Amino acid sequence: MKVIVDYGLGNLKSLQTALTGQGIETVITRDSRMIETADVIFLPGVGAFRDAITSLRSDGLDQVIRDSHDKGAYIVGICLGMQLLYEWSYENGSYQGLGLIPGEIVKLVKMPKIPHMGWNDLTLVGEDPLTKYLKDGDYVYFVHSYYASSSGEEILACTHYGERIPAIVRRGNTIGFQFHPEKSGAVGVRLLKALGEMIG
Amino acid sequence: MLTRRIIPCLDVRDGRVVKGKKFMDIVDVDDPEALGAFYSGAGADELVFYDITASNEARKISLEFIEKVATRINIPFSVGGGVNTIEDFTQILRKGADKVSINSAAVKTPGLITEASLKFGAQCVVLSMDVKWVADGKWRVFIHGGRVDTGLDAVAWAKEGVALGAGELVINSIDADGMKQGYDIELLKAITDQVGVPVIASGGAGKMADFSEAVLKADVDGVLAASVFHYREIEIEALKQDMKRKGIQVRI
Repeated sequence: MKVIVDYGLGNLKSLQTALTGQGIETVITRDSRMIETADVIFLPGVGAFRDAITSLRSDGLDQVIRDSHDKGAYIVGICLGMQLLYEWSYENGSYQGLGLIPGEIVKLVKMPKIPHMGWNDLTLVGEDPLTKYLKDGDYVYFVHSYYASSSGEEILACTHYGERIPAIVRRGNTIGFQFHPEKSGAVGVRLLKALGEMIG
Repeated sequence: MLTRRIIPCLDVRDGRVVKGKKFMDIVDVDDPEALGAFYSGAGADELVFYDITASNEARKISLEFIEKVATRINIPFSVGGGVNTIEDFTQILRKGADKVSINSAAVKTPGLITEASLKFGAQCVVLSMDVKWVADGKWRVFIHGGRVDTGLDAVAWAKEGVALGAGELVINSIDADGMKQGYDIELLKAITDQVGVPVIASGGAGKMADFSEAVLKADVDGVLAASVFHYREIEIEALKQDMKRKGIQVRI
């Protein structure tokens, strides 16, 4: 079973529909027993870091997700969901994340306009099954004010907005997209197709 | 690089798109879902649905189109029109819109911008402003479809809106709207010079060069238009090629 974790913060239908379009059937839930048995866990991108991590902790879902990860389940974070994968976030305070990828979430400061909102192009780094249908210069849709600052070992694609922003990351069975594939037109479709082939 | 956005705006009344007569080749010409999908396929970067349904009761039913649009198209879209409360924000976002735009209600209750921004994030909160040049040499904010002069200075209100938490501004020039003589460059520039969030130009687009002018001279992040797209006077792909030739980053 594949699940989309519901933090109770917003609409998850667009993501679910986009995944279904690539043959990835999911259940939207916050039931820890269901999440525990899932082989793929999607962390969607709605709300603020504090609200999302607080929501996960309140039901012990943070530990459930880490345990599932250790047992080999794919953990796929989108936008804010990707940021949750890292160790710390400094979004309006200081909050501990899931710690599945080394690094921290910091504010974008080098550009005059924040949030970084709109279509930006990808630069691919290395090769991975996840990015096999993508090419340099493909545009995807970003909406965020914070980004992942890390050693960069996990980066499969990045974009630039004042600094290098990790756009697609992977560390073993942990995967993250800083942009919204479900809002990224045909490029998003290609990415989810590759994801579908990878996670079965 | 971040691209400039081309944004068709669709007026919706009682759940159906008003305008769109030149879309006879689409099966259901006034269906928001079908027209949204058409624009998405034609290269639009984003869509704006503006609900002009008269009564609040009818609007609740009218807004049911949002769910269908959200499952059909895979580009971002915002919904505006008649948004007065935080509950309106919740409903619209829950149905699947990416952003909500507020206009008159923000002038009457500025705290709504802050409340929505804290609850849903600044990126969801679009402050839409109808602006008109008045005799004393200032741009003023008008509400209720451009009928009521609020006395607010447009540049000051834009800055205040951003300080309150708006993540994007849509600047609609009442003077330029419908004239097809180009966007109000002076007004747009006065605002983009002063705020640190994306600014979308609205009102006045008549020919391809108007879009590039707004980007090159007023540094707007997006250009919104309705009739030139609905009546197919300008095709989005051709417009993007034209902008690219002028050195503007667009998604092609």
